[in-house]
Amino acid sequence: MITLSVNGKKHEVAVEDDTPLLWVLRDSIGLTGTKFGCGVAACGACTVLVDGEAKRSCMLPVASVGAAEITTIEGLSPHRGHILQKAWIAAQVPQCGYCQSGMLLAAAALLKQNPKPSDADIDAAITNICRCGTYQRVRQAIHMVAEAAP
Amino acid sequence: MNRSLDLDRRRFLALAGATGLVLGGHGALLDGIAAEPGAAKFNPWLAIDRDGMVTLFCGRSEMGQGAFTGLGQLLAEELGCDWQKLKVETGPADSAFVNIYGGVELLTEGHGEPDQMGATKNWILTKIAKNVSMQFTGGSSSARDGFIRLRTVGATARAMLIEAAAHEWGVTAGECVTEAGIVTHPRTGRRRSYGDLAAAAAKLDPPGDVPLKPRADWTLIGQPVPRLDVPAKTDGSAIFGIDVRRPNMLFATVAQCPIFGGKLRRFDAAAALALPGVKAVREVPGGVAVVADTTWHARKGLQTVVIEWDEGPNAGLDSAALDKHYLAALDGKLDRAAATGDVETALKTAKQTVTADYHLPFLAHAAMEPINCTAEVTETGVDVWVPTQAQTGAEKAAAEAAGMSTSKVRIHTTLLGGSFGRRAEADFVAQAVTLAKAMKQPVQVLWSREEDMQHDFYRPMAVSRLTAGLDAAGMPVAWRHRVATNSIFARQFPPLLWMKGDPAIAEGSAEMLYAIPNQRMESSTQESLVPVGAWRSVGHSLNGFFKECFLDEVAAAGGIDPVELRRRLLKDQPRALAVLERLAKEGDWGKKLPPGQGRGVALHASFGSIVAEIAEVAVEDGRLSVKRVVAVVDCGTVINPQIVEAQIQGGIVYGLTAALYGKITIEKGRVVQTNFPDYDMVRLAQMPKIEVHVIASTAYPGGVGEPGTPPFAPAVA
Repeated sequence: MITLSVNGKKHEVAVEDDTPLLWVLRDSIGLTGTKFGCGVAACGACTVLVDGEAKRSCMLPVASVGAAEITTIEGLSPHRGHILQKAWIAAQVPQCGYCQSGMLLAAAALLKQNPKPSDADIDAAITNICRCGTYQRVRQAIHMVAEAAP
Repeated sequence: MNRSLDLDRRRFLALAGATGLVLGGHGALLDGIAAEPGAAKFNPWLAIDRDGMVTLFCGRSEMGQGAFTGLGQLLAEELGCDWQKLKVETGPADSAFVNIYGGVELLTEGHGEPDQMGATKNWILTKIAKNVSMQFTGGSSSARDGFIRLRTVGATARAMLIEAAAHEWGVTAGECVTEAGIVTHPRTGRRRSYGDLAAAAAKLDPPGDVPLKPRADWTLIGQPVPRLDVPAKTDGSAIFGIDVRRPNMLFATVAQCPIFGGKLRRFDAAAALALPGVKAVREVPGGVAVVADTTWHARKGLQTVVIEWDEGPNAGLDSAALDKHYLAALDGKLDRAAATGDVETALKTAKQTVTADYHLPFLAHAAMEPINCTAEVTETGVDVWVPTQAQTGAEKAAAEAAGMSTSKVRIHTTLLGGSFGRRAEADFVAQAVTLAKAMKQPVQVLWSREEDMQHDFYRPMAVSRLTAGLDAAGMPVAWRHRVATNSIFARQFPPLLWMKGDPAIAEGSAEMLYAIPNQRMESSTQESLVPVGAWRSVGHSLNGFFKECFLDEVAAAGGIDPVELRRRLLKDQPRALAVLERLAKEGDWGKKLPPGQGRGVALHASFGSIVAEIAEVAVEDGRLSVKRVVAVVDCGTVINPQIVEAQIQGGIVYGLTAALYGKITIEKGRVVQTNFPDYDMVRLAQMPKIEVHVIASTAYPGGVGEPGTPPFAPAVA
């Protein structure tokens, strides 16, 4: 049994140590908001926060997470209350929406570390793939949040 | 009243809305439409429950293009419901949801507007489109198909709700009005909500000829209404195919023969079956599947299965040889796709001739959600939860795999995590149903990214040769376009081929807007050893590129500015000319750029819309980068401007990835590329600033999902 702390709640899961966190979240715990995109940590669809840091969960063995606090899209806020979610809705960012869980969590990690990122900071920090091409609105929504920050 | 007759009548009325004609239906049933218990069903499209919650079963899939919201706006505009009380979902596979407009457009090479066709032709084509059961989302046709149909559905239901209230109050319908989901009788101040009236209203005979609101009275159509699907896409609650969970469900993943045309010879599953969680290893159409208790166990299990493939006849196939073969075909026997004037004579008498060859590679769709499908087979039938663009195709594949009739198949369409044409296929549906039947349990099949990339239905490879003859003033007087490529519809829709050839091979070239007196389009259809399918903008992405790149060659040879040349050639095309003029202004054509930067232009009409783009590009450290893109679009009547903007932006990014990185290479009969590291994508850092300008118009709506893509690559090239 491995004990995980996900979105402030403890979960006991019976999985092998090498199981990527992605599949534990999706198939064992039932949190399907975190997406599978490539399986090789290249696209960012599986991004979650591990102790506040953006991590690609598809190649992260569950045993390496230890007691760290994991935040998935479901845990970003209750009732879509996070300022980034509000900005995402205001800027009408998502199209198909599949990459947006990862995109939002990557943005949350960036803003926590750098509340007023430049375009270059955003480019360097957020390397998630969106095939619908929502990038311009992703950038716009991040700037909206940054401008509202004290 | 006879129930089935009654339903058919409703069905005719709503279908008639699409074409202005009353059509015979063939009695498909409403079974499987999952309205809330207690909701009153007005017709296959519409249910209203006691709380006044309106459900639109739109029959189209939501894959990011905004169909739910745009179609919802069309319905709600006429229904007069409270926008906050509208939800939209994809209806089941049902003849009521056939994409009449998209089907007719396929059959008429883009001249499918009801008001442009004669009544007889309209009737015949509509019959054909309906009888081949083309329920699909594609061809940028959802808004065009729904523009009259869904407003008619809304207006008809509103009339029935008013009639029910008027009857109850003993007044005439003409005295009643509606506002935000409530019928009122202004003289007496009486009010009844749609929720209260729905049950009685839905039992009434639908009126046959309800007038639609004049454009000036629209309050929803044309507004940047926030998308209905966006909130759930910001908190993880949106359900894609991969997110479907059924009680007792198993997870599977597949390995398919890496060589196109090869097949499974044998496999050894002993090692896999000894691993934790692995339940079974089975043959499925295309290859081998491992079924397990979790996706990870299935993936791990598959790594240990020893598979021997029969490589088949194509094991020597490679892109370089195909390219040579296609190129040689341009000198062989060609089919004429379109012609005006006498090109050969005009070329001989021209002051100068220009010729150029172009080579475009196979491209993968690479939607973010890898291919997947969930199925459950019981004695009562087959349930399929699938992100699909083609419900009738999925239904047929499921029925065949289950050995049941299509009437026993229930298609539940989830949200699509991108598609761009890939999910118009049903290869993965057959796999899920095969496994679910064998396991007697629900099974979700999820492909790896590598399988997704190596077993796509690719954009066809194409080689073209364009030749133009110029007069003394440098203007083109002859234009010959030869292309060798694969036929998509030979497999997808064979009747088209005997009726009129493959429209995707000629589209975007055969109906060129430019006034060149002598034109000839010729094609050589190459055998599709590599599977090909529709890829965002289909033939337009190939022919738009050839045509616009070559026009720039012609401009250079004739010493004419590329915008000026297009301006002269579009003198008889007022809509396209207006797009070009607006673009030249917004895109700063002719203004100076810093050294090392340049501008390119392209204009292309597709799917009922005209889009022109200017790209500002720079070469930095030997690498091309795109700094700014300005797009002008005329898509006729705009239903939702913010969705139009998003779709044009998205179409440009899709084209940008193709232009910068896109290439699927075949070696030894298989795809070389495996995953995003070697089939890369544009990300934020490569993103240019995109400005989209939309021309105000009252014309019939055009599509917006695809038309942004074709002009991009030629504007950069």
